[in-house]
Amino acid sequence: MTPATASQTAGPYWHMIDFPEWADLLRPGGPNEGVEGERITLAGRITDGDGAAVADGLVEIWQAGPDGAYEAGFHGFGRCATDAEGGFRFTTLKPGATPGPGNSTQAPHILVTVFARGLMKHVVTRAYFAGEALNAADPVLNLVDPARRGTLVAQPEGAGVWRLDIRLQGEGETVFLDA
Amino acid sequence: MPDPLPYRRPDPATQPPYDAPAYGSTHKRHPQQALLRIPTTLTEASAPRFDPAHYAPQADMSQVAGRAAMGERIIVAGRVTDEDGRPLRGAMVEVWQANASGRYHHPRDQHDAPLDPNFEGRARIFTDVEGRYSFVSIKPGAYPWRNHANAWRPIHIHFGLHGTGFAQRMITQMYFPGDPLLPLDPIFNTTADEAARNRLVSTFDLDITKPEWALGYRFDIVLRGQMATPFENA
Ligand SMILES: [Fe+3]
Repeated sequence: MTPATASQTAGPYWHMIDFPEWADLLRPGGPNEGVEGERITLAGRITDGDGAAVADGLVEIWQAGPDGAYEAGFHGFGRCATDAEGGFRFTTLKPGATPGPGNSTQAPHILVTVFARGLMKHVVTRAYFAGEALNAADPVLNLVDPARRGTLVAQPEGAGVWRLDIRLQGEGETVFLDA
Repeated sequence: MPDPLPYRRPDPATQPPYDAPAYGSTHKRHPQQALLRIPTTLTEASAPRFDPAHYAPQADMSQVAGRAAMGERIIVAGRVTDEDGRPLRGAMVEVWQANASGRYHHPRDQHDAPLDPNFEGRARIFTDVEGRYSFVSIKPGAYPWRNHANAWRPIHIHFGLHGTGFAQRMITQMYFPGDPLLPLDPIFNTTADEAARNRLVSTFDLDITKPEWALGYRFDIVLRGQMATPFENA
């Protein structure tokens, strides 16, 4: 067995592979054109241990379609560069519930990854949706210390907009996942 | 539906730590809490299919609209496999790099080196049925960074890989053999295991080299593998 190649930072100049339209999973002419579902915005802000904006981050999302299936009728991948305030914003469809380990059900969620200068490896977290009844029984959310569980739960912020801020370090640090 | 097979967790020596004191940018950006181990679910075991109809391949960085970029033309080729040596077929590989002078085609790169209108510095390729990829480029230049006094990055090409599970997603850097800056580079040196570190260094390959045209470098990439049984999580 050859161990996996070592990860290296994306660095500050990764934007040659930034295609801003990829932040809109419903873009005209894109792979999801015409797919029906509940249109949502997932937005947030990434900050560091000083609370300063992470303005050179690469955020990627991966999610199921509205029916809870991965890559069957809905292409659930998006990429967004953070702006000067550390902000990111995706337009997508709200994912459905998906199968979890055993006979469990995973509540609707979006996997969120962050690459950046200063991150030798990307960090991975999830955005769940506040108020979702299935959250209470979610097999992953239930592994999270209840005091920090909120860092994985996006909050509604007006019509169809969900906010999940990501704190890389320090007080209120986001729970990052190792799957 | 059976549970997905879990992905193997790395020997920590073969991957860099989040907190790498010699690399200053990690100080305020590395998580201080341990990562939370979770089972591999369908979310991590599935991955985007990148349809070339929406993700157009582009394998030649050495020219823009037929106008040749400045610098030494190179061919980079290799194989993408998992830890068990199985090829990743149709995997999307994204690459980006500085030009021959060590300058990125990027508004925030203020290094005092010339930009090249015929070099954009990005490519996108898909592996074939044996996991092989190749692209044409220009040998990048070294560039200064402000990590420490007189700090220069060894010449490198950034690689982004997408596997068959999102748990395999990763970004790395390919280096060049014999670069005197390698032993001085905090980013390269954050990986403790020498063999793992040295696998980031490409090798000159006469079989990839094309006569009268370009030198060839080989860079093989390994993504995480899956364990044999679903019961080894947690
Ligand atoms: Fe670089």
